[in-house]
Amino acid sequence: MMDFTEPVTWVASILGLVIAISGFIVVTSKNLIHAALGLVGALAGTAGLFLVLSAEFVAWVLVLVYIGAVLVLFLFGIMITRAPVGYDVDLDNDRKVIAAVGAGSLFVLTSFAALDSFGDTALLGIGDPTSTGDLADALLGRFVLPFELVSFVLLAALIGGITVARKDATPIAVGETEE
Amino acid sequence: MIDSVVEFLQGNFWALTALKLVAILGLIPVSGLAIGFAELKLSAKMQNRVGPYFAGGRWGWAQLLADGIKFIQKEDIIPADADRPVFRWAPALVMVSTVGLFVVIPFWDGGAVADLSIGIFYVLAISSISTIGILMAGWSSANKYSLMGGLRAAGQLIAYELPMVLAVIGVVIMAGTMSLSGIIKAQADFSLFGWSGFGDQPIANFISPFFILQFVGFLIFFISALAELSRIPFDMPIAESELVTGYLTEYSGFRFLFFFLAEFANMFTMSAIAATLFLGGYLGPFVNVVPWLGPLYLVTKIGVLCFLMIWFRWTFPRFREDQLQSVAWKVLVPLGLANIVVTAIFKVVM
Repeated sequence: MMDFTEPVTWVASILGLVIAISGFIVVTSKNLIHAALGLVGALAGTAGLFLVLSAEFVAWVLVLVYIGAVLVLFLFGIMITRAPVGYDVDLDNDRKVIAAVGAGSLFVLTSFAALDSFGDTALLGIGDPTSTGDLADALLGRFVLPFELVSFVLLAALIGGITVARKDATPIAVGETEE
Repeated sequence: MIDSVVEFLQGNFWALTALKLVAILGLIPVSGLAIGFAELKLSAKMQNRVGPYFAGGRWGWAQLLADGIKFIQKEDIIPADADRPVFRWAPALVMVSTVGLFVVIPFWDGGAVADLSIGIFYVLAISSISTIGILMAGWSSANKYSLMGGLRAAGQLIAYELPMVLAVIGVVIMAGTMSLSGIIKAQADFSLFGWSGFGDQPIANFISPFFILQFVGFLIFFISALAELSRIPFDMPIAESELVTGYLTEYSGFRFLFFFLAEFANMFTMSAIAATLFLGGYLGPFVNVVPWLGPLYLVTKIGVLCFLMIWFRWTFPRFREDQLQSVAWKVLVPLGLANIVVTAIFKVVM
């Protein structure tokens, strides 16, 4: 239940609003950079929400990995290829109605599921942060197999990336000079 | 009188938070101006000049204060083609990262605004936010020099964040904790990999800084810090002669002051973090007997590291862009990985 006498509820609600507005900017903005910056706002809001839920480590992982690395790469990639200041008209396309319907039904579905299972749970103040040591124990103890599998997938992705990006040196025939 | 004030503050969360905030907001300009002035004077000394002389009457001590007031008075110019909201918010984002770094520095035992259990992880996370601000500044200026500067800055910060994290991991393995105060305390007992030869006499509070056993880590961290701060020899993002100061080109007045202040305040915070991780932070002889020596030791260590940075700036030429990238990826990253492996083996074996 939403108990608005608790300050935590206010903080969580404001963060939720920030996430919603930034998410809206991401999908509606006609400028690629604005959309990416909207994503920064949405992720920052999510990190804040994790902090409210005492998941300190997850919150800062979100900041370090998503804002500090993934989005920096996004922005870097956009700016180095196509980054006109102003508005990009081709960003909209005809399928936006279907996309809106899809997103809307997903929203209804997840909020129904969340309300159905956690509807009666109230946010009760900010507790002590979850110990990172416990998290590490769980990751390298009980969940070590999924953890290693994920690392393996990431390694495969890394090798795939290198394979796609590398240019194999073509052998130079005799008499030919390298350009 | 003082006791009742302390009691009031300890009982009142919001008053204490407000006080800490004011202290940090005061410390940022003070540290920034102090280091900026040190840079002016030291560079003058190294080049056999006098440096600032007239402002303030003696040694030109008020030079940067006057500069700051001048910046505040200036017109806030936004280029006609600029993306106004992004242009306006970029300096603020860079400043957020700086303020966030000041929060966790332990100035004395228990003397940090927030002693997080994952302190060093937080430091790495929050310092990566400034990259977004720099990219925003570079792009929104609608100027090719600014864009190039912003892109160079981003490429450089991505490349050097990795070795920095790797260097920190060595320290975290040694200390067994990610909390900044825990890392300092791990340097307090005189033990090499668990071997404490001298017991815990008061003088044992003399430090065994990680600087000794993690010397490689310290080197990697310091080089990466120089690159993250865009200081010479890594100042390609703001190279005057190539990019007319890169992403700063279009900024003037107060917004320029924000970038300027953040740059020098970040020198302070980066040195403080390096001092905490590798030089024992506020620890020093007799600090367990006379606690107020702690901040003095910390500021001294920060001063030494800042002096090194200033010295490098006025002695070394600028790297080339490809040299910068190959140093990061081909030298520092493998070295950092090797450092982790060796440290981990020693930690387990000894």
